Amino acid sequence: MARMKFLCDAERCIECNGCVTACKNENEVPWGVNRRRVVTINDGVMGAEKSISVACMHCSDAPCMAVCPVDCFYRTDDGVVLHDKDLCIGCGYCFYACPFGAPQFPQAGAFGLRGKMDKCTFCAGGPEPDRSAAEFEKYGRNRLSEGKLPACAEMCSTKALLGGDGDVIADIYRDRVVRRGKGAEVWGWGTAYGAAPRK
Amino acid sequence: MIRQIFFILAALGLAACADRDPVVEQHSEKRYQGKLDSKPWGNGERASWETQLKARQLMQDEYRRIAQ
Repeated sequence: MARMKFLCDAERCIECNGCVTACKNENEVPWGVNRRRVVTINDGVMGAEKSISVACMHCSDAPCMAVCPVDCFYRTDDGVVLHDKDLCIGCGYCFYACPFGAPQFPQAGAFGLRGKMDKCTFCAGGPEPDRSAAEFEKYGRNRLSEGKLPACAEMCSTKALLGGDGDVIADIYRDRVVRRGKGAEVWGWGTAYGAAPRK
Repeated sequence: MIRQIFFILAALGLAACADRDPVVEQHSEKRYQGKLDSKPWGNGERASWETQLKARQLMQDEYRRIAQ
């Protein structure tokens, strides 16, 4: 088993926000918290509009993990970055550190107090017993322990958002690029070595 | 003599322009003090869990599904 990763195909994403809805529904994410968002650039520009779905990327060298003052982050054997909400103090350092804006802070009071950090768990729950009520309440559903992939990826209508073992989804994407007949320059010799191979 | 002093001062001055080797700070993952998480396959067999998960991953490839 390699590392669990998300991969969003910008050529396929149609900004339907199905992934966002699936995530919120599956994990009963509170109001004001978006574990996943769809980001669109060049909105409305013909041919140049691109969207990607962004959440925690479960970094191999996670900045959130490095800066956390209470060390509440851990990484599973599958490369999923999770955290213990019982340790989290909601300071927001991880929010500063994360280049994707993944950490979210639900309102815990009338005056916008920061609550415990909440983020995408790759639908892998948290350190509470798997599939327990406590785990669901704090972290959402643990689909991974049910042998399922994250709801966002499985729900994606155009299969723009792929989730799973990095090697497997990279193979799927590579096959797509080859069939598409364009964008193949992002794979292969030219990218790896900067020049075409000698013939 | 003056020339030597000039070269020494110049060398010392330029030494400040040298790049330091980048130091990668090691983050120990052993620092985590929270509750230990259980394995996703629980009490079941890891191999069957991985097989099931792999099948679902491959189902994301519609070219493969169409071919089936």
